[in-house]
Amino acid sequence: MKLEASGVAMRFGEVNVLEPVELSVREGEFVCIVGPSGCGKSTLLQILAGFIAPTAGRVTADGVAVTRPDRKRIFVFQERGVFPWLTVAENIGFGVEKAKRDAKVKELVPLVGLEGFEKTYPHELSGGMKQRVEVARALAVDPDVLFLDEPFGALDSITRLTMRAELLRIWQAAKKTVLFVTHDVDESVQLADRVIVMSARPGRIRAVVDVDIPRPRDISSPRYLELRDGILAEIGLAHEI
Amino acid sequence: MRNWMVSAIAIAVAIVAWDVAVRLSDHTLIPGPVAVVRALGELASTGRLFRYAIASLFRVTWGFTLAIAVGVPIGLALGWWQRGARIVGPVIQFMRPISPLAWIPLAILWFGVGDASAIFLIFIATVLPLMMTAMQAARGVHRVHAMAARNFGLSGVQILRRVVLPSARADLVAGIRVALGIAWLVVVAAEMIAVNSGLGFQIVDARNAGDRYDLVVAGMLTIGLIGLMLDNAIRRAA
Repeated sequence: MKLEASGVAMRFGEVNVLEPVELSVREGEFVCIVGPSGCGKSTLLQILAGFIAPTAGRVTADGVAVTRPDRKRIFVFQERGVFPWLTVAENIGFGVEKAKRDAKVKELVPLVGLEGFEKTYPHELSGGMKQRVEVARALAVDPDVLFLDEPFGALDSITRLTMRAELLRIWQAAKKTVLFVTHDVDESVQLADRVIVMSARPGRIRAVVDVDIPRPRDISSPRYLELRDGILAEIGLAHEI
Repeated sequence: MRNWMVSAIAIAVAIVAWDVAVRLSDHTLIPGPVAVVRALGELASTGRLFRYAIASLFRVTWGFTLAIAVGVPIGLALGWWQRGARIVGPVIQFMRPISPLAWIPLAILWFGVGDASAIFLIFIATVLPLMMTAMQAARGVHRVHAMAARNFGLSGVQILRRVVLPSARADLVAGIRVALGIAWLVVVAAEMIAVNSGLGFQIVDARNAGDRYDLVVAGMLTIGLIGLMLDNAIRRAA
């Protein structure tokens, strides 16, 4: 298993943020964690990445206990994670050793479609472009695992759709294991091999849904709608407004 | 109209108003602009102007450099490690309202009358504001930026250099400008009491040595001009 959580739980004082969680992620798998705000999904992701120590249970990556963040497993924040004082190229090369930096940047800029923006500063970029800079910065250190915490949450709905397609393209090209947190059920069914459905307060896993639709996915197919509605029902949301 | 023209006209109007006011008043000791220019010439020709300006700048340079060397790293560290800030914070807050001039007796006791006293006073006056600025600046570092840096495996020193300093830069420059202004204020006051040279000393000396208020105002003008130049220099360097 690439990544394994056993009995991982989290309390902040008296508040039970996360009930014990069991989770195994295979190498190269694309897993979405979906749930309402406050269900502890971001906390779970930060525990898996080693930023927070859980109050119970343990996380292992390739069988080794995770106690701190590691450059083999990179966390991608919303686009606010880019460094505003660095150019696009400097951001992308941030984690790379000096000798390999230029070559890495040259390789990644086209992958994320930022040709011509190498010397641009983030404040001149759109939200989607900043997000791509962050993904490229993560890929530049050639990690095994990418953690994405609602990476497209702040983007407009059209940009979000293109970014999903791009992420899938990058994932297929770069063969990474991806853990992707979102509150958007559609997003999770479009992207994931497997969707972990969480419920709120205290956060726990309600269901694990295998998305058995071949890619590229037809998001108007009956199977897609069936899976999506199943997850919505699981969270307790009707799909009628 | 260009900006510099507006400024030039404003200054010209102020000088004329000063001249007229002095001529109209029956006060004989207050010098007009012409007398002050003549006094500046006198100070310059005897070499005192240059010598005293250098003496003052020397003290500011040392006191201020020491304050930056001590205050900024400590401030950044305290801002970064919140627990340290909780321990040191109250001490700083207590020291801050004490006027740096209140330290003059202790300064003379410890360092005697001379450069070291003035340098100490400048240090005391600026180290706390610099520390506070650096603390705030380090605290202003975005949490996700620090997390990203850790994720890439950067050491504490590397995070300081590659994340904390660049993101704190603007705040630091603003704080250093303010502190340099304070240093320049304090050196003049310190020189009036704790040393026998410098622009502050020149002002007191001119008054004591026979009510030469033209020399007093000439000293004031010099202080203002050098202060302006220092601020400009910092802004340009940043």
